[in-house]
Amino acid sequence: MLRLAELWVRRGAGAVLHGVSLEVPRGELTALVGANGAGKTSLLLTISGILRPHRGELWWNPEGEEPVRLDRLSPKRIVELGVIHCPEGRQLFASMTVYDNLLLGAHQRRDRRAVERDVARMFTLFPILGERRRQRAGSLSGGEQTMLAIARALMARPRLLLLDEPSLGLAPQMADRIFETLLELRAQGVTLLLVEQNARAALEIADRGYVLEGGRVVRSGPAQQLRSDPMVQRAYLGIGA
Amino acid sequence: MSAYLLQQLLNGLMLGSLYALVAIGFSLIYSILRLINFAHGDLLMVGAFAALAAAALGGPWWAVVAIVVASGALAGIAVERVAIRPLRGMPQVTGFIATLAVSVAIENLALILFTGQPRTFPVPELLRGQLELGPVRATRVDLVIILSTWLLLLVLLVVVRWSRFGRAMRALADNLLAARLVGVDVDRTILFAFALGSAFAAYAGLLWGARFGQVDPLMGFAPGLKAFVACVLGGVGSLAGAVLGGYLLGLAEVLFVGLLPPAYSGLRDAFVFAALILLLLFLPNGLLGRPEEERA
Amino acid sequence: MRGAAAHLLLALALAALVALVQRALSPYAVTLLSLVLMQVALAVSLQVTNGLTGLFSLGHPAFMTVGAYVSAILTYPVRRKGFMMPDLPPVLAESEWALVPAVLVAALAAALLALVVGLSVLRLKGHYLAVATLGLIIVVRTLVNNLDGYTRGGLGLSGVPRLTDPWTVYAFVVLVWYLCWRIKHSSYGRAMMAMRENELAARSTGVDVLALQLFAFVFGAAVAGAAGALTVHLVSVVTPGAYGIPLAFTLVVMVVIGGQGSLTGAALAAVLVALASEALRPLEESLELYGLSQALVAVALLLMLRFRPQGLFGSREPGLLVGGSNLGGSSSACPSPARTTPRAVSAGTAPSTPDAPRS
Repeated sequence: MLRLAELWVRRGAGAVLHGVSLEVPRGELTALVGANGAGKTSLLLTISGILRPHRGELWWNPEGEEPVRLDRLSPKRIVELGVIHCPEGRQLFASMTVYDNLLLGAHQRRDRRAVERDVARMFTLFPILGERRRQRAGSLSGGEQTMLAIARALMARPRLLLLDEPSLGLAPQMADRIFETLLELRAQGVTLLLVEQNARAALEIADRGYVLEGGRVVRSGPAQQLRSDPMVQRAYLGIGA
Repeated sequence: MSAYLLQQLLNGLMLGSLYALVAIGFSLIYSILRLINFAHGDLLMVGAFAALAAAALGGPWWAVVAIVVASGALAGIAVERVAIRPLRGMPQVTGFIATLAVSVAIENLALILFTGQPRTFPVPELLRGQLELGPVRATRVDLVIILSTWLLLLVLLVVVRWSRFGRAMRALADNLLAARLVGVDVDRTILFAFALGSAFAAYAGLLWGARFGQVDPLMGFAPGLKAFVACVLGGVGSLAGAVLGGYLLGLAEVLFVGLLPPAYSGLRDAFVFAALILLLLFLPNGLLGRPEEERA
Repeated sequence: MRGAAAHLLLALALAALVALVQRALSPYAVTLLSLVLMQVALAVSLQVTNGLTGLFSLGHPAFMTVGAYVSAILTYPVRRKGFMMPDLPPVLAESEWALVPAVLVAALAAALLALVVGLSVLRLKGHYLAVATLGLIIVVRTLVNNLDGYTRGGLGLSGVPRLTDPWTVYAFVVLVWYLCWRIKHSSYGRAMMAMRENELAARSTGVDVLALQLFAFVFGAAVAGAAGALTVHLVSVVTPGAYGIPLAFTLVVMVVIGGQGSLTGAALAAVLVALASEALRPLEESLELYGLSQALVAVALLLMLRFRPQGLFGSREPGLLVGGSNLGGSSSACPSPARTTPRAVSAGTAPSTPDAPRS
C-alpha cells in the first residue's frame, strides 16, 4: 500500500500540496480526480521523487516486504522499487525510436531476454506500436504517443503504476481500450493510482477515489460512493445543478 | 586531380580527424547538459602531457595510450565533480563562466608545473617514417591519426547506439524529466559523458603531440575553440554533426592555406573565427542540428 | 543630493590618493595606480555591457587593441613613421596627433567596429555571444599581426609617445564612472535591467531590446577603445597579443565577483583582483610559479559562483552613493525577481523545482 501522510510540497514560490493524506491500497485501482491545477500532477511527481515534500511522509509498503519511505529516495531508486510513473501524454523520448523508448522503460532491468519478450508483449497489446517500432516517437499521432507512454511504463514491470491522464486526447474507443488494460493490470495484482480529468470514466473503473481541490483532499471514499456524492456530481460529473 | 591537391586533402583529413575527436566530446557534453565546456580543449593538453610522462617512464605503446586515455577520463571526471555538478540548475551562462574558470585554472596549473617552454614530443619509432600512396606521401603518424580516429568513432557509434549507457545518454539529451522517470541515473550518466568526451580529447592530444612534435600548456586552447567551431558548423549537440564539422573545418583550413598565396596563410585563424561568426548568424543550427525549441 | 555629495567626496579622495602616490611613492607605484584605475574603468564599463543587460561579451580586449593601435599610429612621431609603418597613406604618415583627438578617434574606431559586429552578433544568445566575441579577439589579433605595414606585426609598436600621466587616467576613470552611473540610473538603465530579468516581459512593455543591447555593447567598446589608447600612451608599447583572452577572463571575473550590474562591486573587485595579482607577482617570480595568480583568480571565481553567485553586491550600489533616504529601499536599485534565463540541467540534487515538461 502507498500512504501519503500530511504531505506538503512547494513548487516555485507557493505550496501546491497542503497537507495531503491519502492511501492507495495494494491491488486496487485508486482514482484521483480534480480540476486543472488542483495539484494532481505535482502529487504524482512527488511520489516518483522528482519533487520533494518539505513536510510529511510518503511510505510504500510492497507485498511481503518492509515498508520503504519514498520521500528520501532518488527517482532511480523509486523506479527500482517498482513504482513507475507514466507521465502525461507527451513526455516521450521524441527523437528516439519506439523500440528505444520501450527499452528505456525497462532501463533498470538487467534481464535482457525477458525485456525482449516484454517488448513483444507490448506489440501484441498495441499492434500499431509494433508497426512503428523503427519510427521516431515524436512522429507518432497523439493517441499512439499515449499508448507508447503506457507501454513504456509497463516495460518496467510496475508494482505500483502512477498514471497521469492516460486518456487525454484519445478517441473514446481508444480510451476504453486503455481503461480495459488498466483493469487487466489490476487483475494481475498491480496497484494503480490513476489521475484523470475524465472523472466519470475514472470513478467507474476505480475501487476508491479522492477529489483534490487547491492542493487539498476534499472528498474521499469508495468510488461508488463518490459517484453518488452530490458535490462530486455537480463539480466533476456534470450532473444536477 | 593533381597530386598537390590530393596531398592537401590528406592533410585536411588528418587535421579534420583531430578536430573531430575533440569536437565529439564537446558535443556529447553539450547534448546532455546544454553546457559549452570551455575547458574541453585543455583536456587535449592534459593528454599530451600525460603521453609525455608515460613515454618518459618507458613502456609499450599501448600502455602509453592507456595512460593517456585514463588520465583524460579522470581529468574530465574531476572537472565535472569540482566545477560543473555544484552549479547545476544555475543559469546557463554561470556554467559557461565556470568552465572558463576551469580552463584558466588548468592552463595556469600546467604553466606552474611545466613552465611555458614548449617541449619536444618524442615521436616513437613506431610512428616514424613515410609511406608512398601513389602520388601522395603520407607520414605514418597521419595514417595512424586518420585510421584510429575512424576506429574510435565506430566504437563510439556502437556505444551510443546500442549500449545501455548510450541509450541513457540519448534519453537524457532528449528529455530530462522522462529520463528521470524511467530511472536513468542522471549524475552517473553525466559523469560518464564527461569521462568519455575527455578521454577522446586526451587521445587527440597524444596524436597532436606526435604529429606536430611539440607540447606546451596552452596548446589546447586553439584546437578547443576550433572544435567548438566544428560543432557549430555541424550543429551543436549532434554527434554526427561534430564529426562532419570537424572534417569540413580541417579541410577548409588546409585548403585555405594550401590554395591561397602564402601571404594569406597567416590569416588562417582569422578566417576560422570570422567563419564562426558568420555561421552563428546564418546557420545557427548548423548542418545537422535541430532548432533549440524542438530539441528542448 | 547626499548621493552627489558622496560621489564628489569620493572623487576628491581619489584625487588626494593620486597626488599622494605621485608625491611620496616610487614611479612603480604611480604606474601601478594608473593601471589599477584603468582596470576599474574597464570593469565598470563591462558592467554596463554585460552586467546591466545580461549579455555575455568577452570582446573588451579586441576593442582595446583597436583603440591602442589607432591612437598609437595617430600620435606616432612623423620622422619615424616612414620606417615603422611604411604602408600608411600620406595623410596619416605626415601628421602627428595630440592625445585627446587621438583617443577620441580611437574610441570612435572601437565603437564603429562594435556597431558593425554588434548589429549581427547581438542576435546570439548567452554563451554563443561569448564565443563569438572571443572569436573577435582572435580575428583582431590575427589581422593586427598581419597588417605589418601599419602595425609592425608581431614585433609590436614601441616608442609610442608617453602622453598619459596618472591625472589623465584619473580624469578618465571619473568620466567613465560618471557616465556608467548615469546610464544605470536612467530610464535606459532600468530598461536594460528589466530586459536582463525577463526579456519577453520587457519587450511587451515596449522596450527596444536590440537597440538597448547595441547601445550597451557600443558604449562598452568605446570605453575599451579609449582605455586601450590611454594605456598605450602610458606604457609606450603595444603588441598584437597585449590585450587578449586572459584579460577578457579577468574582466569577467571582476563583473561576476562584484555582482552582476553593480558598478561599485565591479570597481571594488577590479581593485582587489588587480592588487592581488600584483601582490602575488613577486611570489610567482621568486618561486618561478608563473601562472599562480591567474590560477588563484580562477579558483576564487569558482568559489564565488558556487557560494555567492550573486557576487559581492548583487546588482545594487551602496546606499551612501545612491543617496536616497530609507524610502523605497535606498540600496536596492534593482530588485531581483525570479530569473528567467535558460537553465542548464537541474537534475539530481535540485529540490522541488523540476524542469518544466520539455517537449
